[in-house]
Amino acid sequence: MPQGPLVYSQKLLTRITHWVWAVSLFFLMLSGLQIFNAHPSLHIGQEVGFAYDNAILQIGAQQKGEALRGVTRVLGVEFDTTGVLGVSNGEARAIPAALTIPSYQSLATGRVIHFFFAWALVGALTLWLVVSGLNGHMRQLIPTLADLKALPQDIADHARLLFHHTGEYGVLQKLAYASVLFVALPLMILTGLSMSPGFNAAAPWLLDLFQGRQTARTIHFLTMLALIGFFAVHMAMILLAGPFNALRSITTGWYRTDEAPHD
Amino acid sequence: MIDRRQFLLGGAALALSGCKVFDGAGASDSALRKLFASHEGLTQSAQRALIGDRLAPEFSETDIRQGMRPNGSTDPASRDYRGLAANGFHDYRLTVTGLVDRPQSLSLTDLTALPPRTQITRHDCVEGWSCIAKWQGAPLGTVLTLAGPKPTARYVVFHCFDAIERSLSGEVFYYESIDLIDAFHPQTILAYAMNGAALPVANGAPLRLRVERQLGYKMAKYVHTIALTDSLASLGYGKGSYWADRGYEWYAGI
Repeated sequence: MPQGPLVYSQKLLTRITHWVWAVSLFFLMLSGLQIFNAHPSLHIGQEVGFAYDNAILQIGAQQKGEALRGVTRVLGVEFDTTGVLGVSNGEARAIPAALTIPSYQSLATGRVIHFFFAWALVGALTLWLVVSGLNGHMRQLIPTLADLKALPQDIADHARLLFHHTGEYGVLQKLAYASVLFVALPLMILTGLSMSPGFNAAAPWLLDLFQGRQTARTIHFLTMLALIGFFAVHMAMILLAGPFNALRSITTGWYRTDEAPHD
Repeated sequence: MIDRRQFLLGGAALALSGCKVFDGAGASDSALRKLFASHEGLTQSAQRALIGDRLAPEFSETDIRQGMRPNGSTDPASRDYRGLAANGFHDYRLTVTGLVDRPQSLSLTDLTALPPRTQITRHDCVEGWSCIAKWQGAPLGTVLTLAGPKPTARYVVFHCFDAIERSLSGEVFYYESIDLIDAFHPQTILAYAMNGAALPVANGAPLRLRVERQLGYKMAKYVHTIALTDSLASLGYGKGSYWADRGYEWYAGI
């Protein structure tokens, strides 16, 4: 492909905050799964139903004859997940050691790591929202009317793995990044705070918003899964559209554009 | 500078090989652990600044849909406790001691004679579960005022009947502490009743603490002595509570 000029496409603050988010989310996910292992089920409402059933997900281990089986129950339907969920490496634990920090069971350590990176994430997101809101960068992520008209074409181009390297965000890119920065991450932070008995006293309206501490915990978990989905698509798009150019852009700021079409 | 591809490959290898790389953070004396735990002071100050003296959410009778889930110790085995329980805690005395002007020894009758507070609250375990129950008890502030804390008193330490651990050096009895801000909060009570009946043994009979803006492990069960102190250094390993000495936050607001 003919090469166009290098353009300065990512401001320093965006590059720094991007990598703070990336590192923080890595640790938050794996320490979060460590915390989840202390009570590996998700519920709807204020409390956990011990005398009644309000669970939508339960991961456990059951002795079946000689064998210890991992059983995952989703919305009342049971799956045998031995080897991955419930039982892994012959040990009864909901999420396997490879996906938790630390690898062994330690709720206290998981919490310490989780809250450390939660502060990093909140700090970086707040800084980015304020600064990019003031300097107008944030507007680049909000789809315009023209963008929305170009949406079918952008979807068709992505489906044919045809990527435009203009140094500007395409509409699908805008929608993906905006939903992470303006929806998923704030939702993660607010549902996380809703689980804090201290913060509940400061902002009881959050409990009303999310319909209870356990529902907030469930939304926290589901949003984590959505962020993993975003990460998978993000990586796939970078690999397909040119990983070197993308990494140069998010690390140094400089992005190689396609040659401008000749009129 | 690390090559970018190496960086990505390293990250992938890290994820695939399990996260033993960061297992060092589990050791209480490691530099990594100290770095991660450095947020604790910030977390506590931020919460204190945001919540002030606001109340924890309270619920209605219809929100009580089940019995209170017991956790931790549920049946203390010590001879002292057994003897008291056998007699319906008739001979139980709560000792209030330490940095106070008037040390107290209070029976359950003395405690129930104080103006009670009743509250329906959500108990949040550090593990992640919650359970709603109704608690009735004497406000801790009232009991402390009877004893008259000295100006040097900063912390309220709770000593309990339950041996949470049997180690080579003997039994470790549960201990907890809070500061005077939480001690004088109106929802901080010494509960003797739960869901309209006397506090069951499994839930901490005859007397347990409720600190509604913190996690469950702060709410010591089977309390026999309250000691006011100016320092937590000589208690346990010096972090102020059984679980804080084992890596959990002393201020358990989140």
